[in-house]
Amino acid sequence: MQVRLSINGEQREADVEPRLLLVHMLRDVLRLTGTHIGCDTTHCGACTILMDGRPVKSCTMFAVQARGKQLMTVEGLEQNGKLHPLQEGFMAEHGLQCGYCTPGMLMTSYAFLERHPSPSEDEIRWAISGNLCRCTGYVNIVKAVQHAAAKISQGGA
Amino acid sequence: MALRTSPEVGGMGHSIKRKEDPRFIRGKGTYVDDVQLPGMLYLDIVRSPHAHAKITKIDTAKAMAVPGVLAVITGQDLAKYNLHWMPTLMSDTQMVLPVEKVMYQAQEVAAVLATSRYAAADGAAAVEVQYDPLPVVVDPRKALEPGAPVLRTDKKDKKDNHIWHWEWGDRSATDRAFGEAAVTVKEDIYLPRIHVASIETCGCVAHFDKIDGKLTVWMTTQAPHAIRTVFALVAGHVGLAEHKIRIISPDIGGGFGGKVPVYPGYVIAVAASVLTGKPVKWIEDRMENLQADSFARDYHISAELAANKDGTLTALRIKTLADHGYTDAAANPSKFPAGLFHVCTGSYDLKAAHVEVDGAYTNKPPGGIAYRCSFRVTEAVHTIERMVDLMAHQLGIDPAEFRMKNFVKPEQFPYKSALGWEYDSGNYGGALKKAMDMIGYADLRREQAEKRKRGQLMGIGISSFTEIVGAGPSKHFDILGLKMFDSCEIRVHPTGKAIARFGTKSQGQGHETTYAQILAEELGIPAQDIQVEEGDTDTAPYGLGTYASRSTPVAGAAAAVAARKVRDKARKIAAHLLEVAEDDLVWEPGKFSVKGAPGKSKTIQDIAFAAYTNHPQGMEAGLEAVSYYDPPNLTYPFGSYICVVDVDSGTGEVKVRRFVAIDDCGNIINPMIVQGQVHGGLTMGLAPALFEEISYDEIGNIRGGSFIDYLLPTAVETPKWETGHTVTPSPHHPLGAKGVGESATVGAPAAIANAVVDALWHLGVRHIDIPITPAKVWKLLREKGVTE
Repeated sequence: MQVRLSINGEQREADVEPRLLLVHMLRDVLRLTGTHIGCDTTHCGACTILMDGRPVKSCTMFAVQARGKQLMTVEGLEQNGKLHPLQEGFMAEHGLQCGYCTPGMLMTSYAFLERHPSPSEDEIRWAISGNLCRCTGYVNIVKAVQHAAAKISQGGA
Repeated sequence: MALRTSPEVGGMGHSIKRKEDPRFIRGKGTYVDDVQLPGMLYLDIVRSPHAHAKITKIDTAKAMAVPGVLAVITGQDLAKYNLHWMPTLMSDTQMVLPVEKVMYQAQEVAAVLATSRYAAADGAAAVEVQYDPLPVVVDPRKALEPGAPVLRTDKKDKKDNHIWHWEWGDRSATDRAFGEAAVTVKEDIYLPRIHVASIETCGCVAHFDKIDGKLTVWMTTQAPHAIRTVFALVAGHVGLAEHKIRIISPDIGGGFGGKVPVYPGYVIAVAASVLTGKPVKWIEDRMENLQADSFARDYHISAELAANKDGTLTALRIKTLADHGYTDAAANPSKFPAGLFHVCTGSYDLKAAHVEVDGAYTNKPPGGIAYRCSFRVTEAVHTIERMVDLMAHQLGIDPAEFRMKNFVKPEQFPYKSALGWEYDSGNYGGALKKAMDMIGYADLRREQAEKRKRGQLMGIGISSFTEIVGAGPSKHFDILGLKMFDSCEIRVHPTGKAIARFGTKSQGQGHETTYAQILAEELGIPAQDIQVEEGDTDTAPYGLGTYASRSTPVAGAAAAVAARKVRDKARKIAAHLLEVAEDDLVWEPGKFSVKGAPGKSKTIQDIAFAAYTNHPQGMEAGLEAVSYYDPPNLTYPFGSYICVVDVDSGTGEVKVRRFVAIDDCGNIINPMIVQGQVHGGLTMGLAPALFEEISYDEIGNIRGGSFIDYLLPTAVETPKWETGHTVTPSPHHPLGAKGVGESATVGAPAAIANAVVDALWHLGVRHIDIPITPAKVWKLLREKGVTE
């Protein structure tokens, strides 16, 4: 089936099997490999992307469900050579180690900050609770999101 | 440790930002599943629904009819090449694919090779296997009973399920100490089977080039060189030679010990690529990862501790039953079948100890790998920390005071433990004191007493662990005879920049940053000017890999030694350039100056250029060195953790209110990274303490085989860790450093368990096995009449 969609502001198109998972279309067909697969059961969040601005777990959606949608992946965060404050925050606060969960964490946090520009620590912890990290113990991820929130509120993005 | 370099140079002690991060925050890392080659085929695996069964028939006809399926590989196919069994690191044997019977649920039965992921999965679903179920043995105690079904019928003359008996220490001195003891405590402690569950599962892309006969494997491995040698040894008879094998360990999405073993999927993918001449990708899914990859722990421990009436500890006696699944595939490079379990005297000055461990076969997946810890150290630490706490409570002495009294004292180092280890350095009282001050220990005890009067359940738990990491001295450690050294090769370019390659492989620890900092410290070349590479066996010097917190103790030491060799040559060149004797030069990071004439100096960059353009006559050009470092001893990081829990008397839920962790890993390379390692380690200590367990029903069905019921802590369950450190350098490590990646995983579970028992002690609770789930606590509270 023909799937036409927008990814990171770019129109993309592919002829795919109806059962192809969205994450496989992104990774294997369109070669956007920043989005990862960690569990197949919607628990770990490594595959989180944004669909029309909302975070979705692309390992449990079909590619055809994304027809005509606006998608955003980790590759779309950096704009014109400028890192997004979340990317800066993760680096500044040591919010990543192996880097495998990082794209999903970034996308979940991105959607969260759009709706909650000045969150409490508790709100951040609940917001990222659908994304598992095995390396960092979350403390520095929370700090990274706070870092980004502060930067954005100062007009950093 | 005082800083010796500027922030621009970024040597030891600077929290410089990680060199790895720019690619990861952009989604530009290269993990194994990101590797896509032209004409690549995909492998999927058929797995057994039975825990023990004879295979009577494998019908591949329907699978072969699936569009895109090219082949179905069975044990019979591999047997033609004698590749259906492989050796384990413990000199046991493991099936690649079975010929006669399966030994655990989810065991590999056949593999399907197809042109796409989906076709391979369709093919695997269409393979029809007929089984004749056999009696299942799940409980290792039952496995050792007379008359139990013998599982390893492949081993001629094997008449039972007993793998090995191992004992260590002075039995008679220990028994004597127990005979003379005023007080003894005894407890059965079970450390259940758990799984590291790195967020990236395991997998590989194998590519055999038929023209030049070279096999390249991109593989989720923590030990690429050892894998290359193992492949050459195991598959030499089918034409693979070590110079024609290249293992590339790309970016790895967490390892924690789970990516040390060779799993059947890797071997099948390699075999399929060699046979077809095409690249073959195998990536396991999460359920395969949890159900079939090597597990950790599964130790049934019975421990006794003895003390004098004044509360001086005297002796420890332990008997353990180790459930190894159907084969002993422990990733344990020590000469001891139970790894480093005999560090179980911990931080305490015991006069006698004796340990016995028996291994048993059961119908479960193979293993005995680490869970972010050095070979059975968590098992050891959990045991001694639980027992010491039990003894303190039994004697009515505060557990902190009791520990202080019984610690090995700073002046006793280097300290020879009752079980023969030589602890390099420590100040256990210093770390505990700091933790108590930071958390406000005395106030918490007062609060607890008040709350107890009101019927509220609050507990305070301590764990003062000693770790043992940095495998290891070759007298105690090897993998198939390969000594456990590690390596660093440095090349300084003419313009003063450098490349350094290592035999280890980071899985998130930040080696590209910290190794560069070590070299910056030793050479004064800015860390930003040093490219660090590892994980490609065609380019990196031979090394044994990254696990058991060995990278800093071993490869970090190699970096320092190699850098000092570079510096030795640099001194000769500087003397030549400055026209003075070598002895007239003084070194500070980055330059040699003439004694008494500090204005006369040459920077390391000047010297590097001269090494290629103006070196002394008779000297070879270039500025490079290599070191293969065989450590003289292990390093013994330590720490004291204090945990405060509140237990809900209605639901049994345990909430970790505060957790203070004071770690001592000697001199610190990058404080930011060390703190990150501790945060992560604490979370992997919390996980098995409260949530994680893989158990089996009586017919061997796995419980906990997906993230639906194997619970990894999220940001909500994870407390806000409070960390700090003391610094007690290792006297034998060139940088005074020790490993740190696993300390917290090792130390944290006991602090949490001790806190929960402390909260319930007055009700008569003496021990709770981890994971301490609400259901377990609720049951206890009901038994004690606290809740209905």
